[in-house]
Amino acid sequence: MNDARLLVRLLGVSMRSQLQYRASMVMQSVGHLLVTGIEFLGVWALFARFGQLDGWTLAEVAVFYGVVNVSFALADAGGRGFDQVAARIKQGDFDRLLLRPRSTALQVAGLELTLKRIGRLSQGLAGLIWGLSALGVGWGPGRVALLAWIVVGATSMFYGLMVVQATIAFWTTESLELMNVLTYGGVETAQYPMSVYRRWFRRVFTYVVPLACVCYLPVLALIERPDPLGAPLWAQRVAPAAGLVFLAGALALWRGGVRRYTSTGS
Amino acid sequence: MRGYVAIAQARARVLLQYRAAAVAGFGTQAFWGMIRIMIFEAFYRSAMADGAPMRFEEVVSYVWLGQATLMTLPWNLDREMADEVRTGKVVYGLLRPVDLYGQWFARAFALRSAPMVIRALPMFAFAMVLLPLVGLEAWALEAPTLEGLAMWLVALGVAILLSSALTTLWSVALMWTVSGDGVTHLAPALVTLMSGMVIPLPLLPDGVRAVVVWLPFAGLVDLPVRLFSGHLTAAEAAPMLAAQLVWWVLLVALGRALLGRGVRRLVVQGG
Repeated sequence: MNDARLLVRLLGVSMRSQLQYRASMVMQSVGHLLVTGIEFLGVWALFARFGQLDGWTLAEVAVFYGVVNVSFALADAGGRGFDQVAARIKQGDFDRLLLRPRSTALQVAGLELTLKRIGRLSQGLAGLIWGLSALGVGWGPGRVALLAWIVVGATSMFYGLMVVQATIAFWTTESLELMNVLTYGGVETAQYPMSVYRRWFRRVFTYVVPLACVCYLPVLALIERPDPLGAPLWAQRVAPAAGLVFLAGALALWRGGVRRYTSTGS
Repeated sequence: MRGYVAIAQARARVLLQYRAAAVAGFGTQAFWGMIRIMIFEAFYRSAMADGAPMRFEEVVSYVWLGQATLMTLPWNLDREMADEVRTGKVVYGLLRPVDLYGQWFARAFALRSAPMVIRALPMFAFAMVLLPLVGLEAWALEAPTLEGLAMWLVALGVAILLSSALTTLWSVALMWTVSGDGVTHLAPALVTLMSGMVIPLPLLPDGVRAVVVWLPFAGLVDLPVRLFSGHLTAAEAAPMLAAQLVWWVLLVALGRALLGRGVRRLVVQGG
């Protein structure tokens, strides 16, 4: 069986096991939808009070909001397996993965596909569709393809962050919470256009983590708005590739971590 | 009363052990606060900001104080409590010669006060001293007047009482839904929006604000913070504080009644 088919099968097992507890699944999804929905309610209330954000309208912000939440929901649902790595290392459970004749990254990726993230996903989709319709930019095939390309890039980046967070556990199992600055902090940041932030802050989220490349620049091309910071159109279209490069780097780091792993024993 | 104090102290000592978690949490929160402030800063650059019901400096203090006292918010279950309900250990509480609700409340009180102290102090140092030193005066927390400080301390005490009553209520709910999934997912949504953690309550649409400031969640964050920054004077806040205390009495009565019913129908699996 090739890697892709194996991954699909593993994730299918995870999905079926969650569907055994259907009521719990539905309740958690609704809860998730409410939490993220309330965040958008906050954004709406601020626009009602201030009219605009540094020259950006609510519809434009809704598109940024939608893109980042859809992508993060996808990465978060698929990457939950990497969340379990720290606990497995502590218990010595990680050794079992090393005994199997497949790559560890593949096995960890296949551990879980969290269905309840559908709450954030649907909420992001609603924001995205409403925003694009309100802006009236149309739904040609070129635009849909660009949107798909953005989501691929952004999902890869967030997935890469989860891989990095898991890899750190090979060195230390403490203070992984600080990585939340980049994941949840990144989501919060990318819900608004990057141009509203201070320059040093934008640099962190461009060069340390390519958040601006996957969630800001290409979205400008999507909503046909020139960049107030001056990035040319071709760069806006190429930018999501940075997410794929980031993921590749994260996986290389992971392999390095696995190589220096020593078991805690049992 | 001595018994409750002892229970709260024992729990607090355990909670104060997690200092590494507090350091990591502090870093996350400081970063988070800066993101929030930059977003508000951008909103305040708009022309309509002049008519806003809050100065930008007051919003800044809202963000930092909200982060400093984040641990007082009743937005999750007491995990230890949840485990005891699931495993049946909860019966030990019934064996002790003190009131069960009192024991639960004392533990919740420790949970909502002790971890807050070890996070609030570094946050104050960061927001009041470090930020101006690195040239970010605009983001710094303004020192309060003496009256503001005194009123903030009073309101913070009320906030912890309210939060403990709500936390105890979530624990009582566990006697009906063992997993607690519903509470853990719905409580944060409700609490963060209504207390002012998502956006400061004065910035909400006027009609909504008029209602929300009188709900028991406003006493958790909004009221203490606005007293600290001087957005509310002591005279303006007095009726609101009184209302929050009435809410507290009601929440305790509700928790007590529900716990009484829960205990009557409680069946503990032997073993």
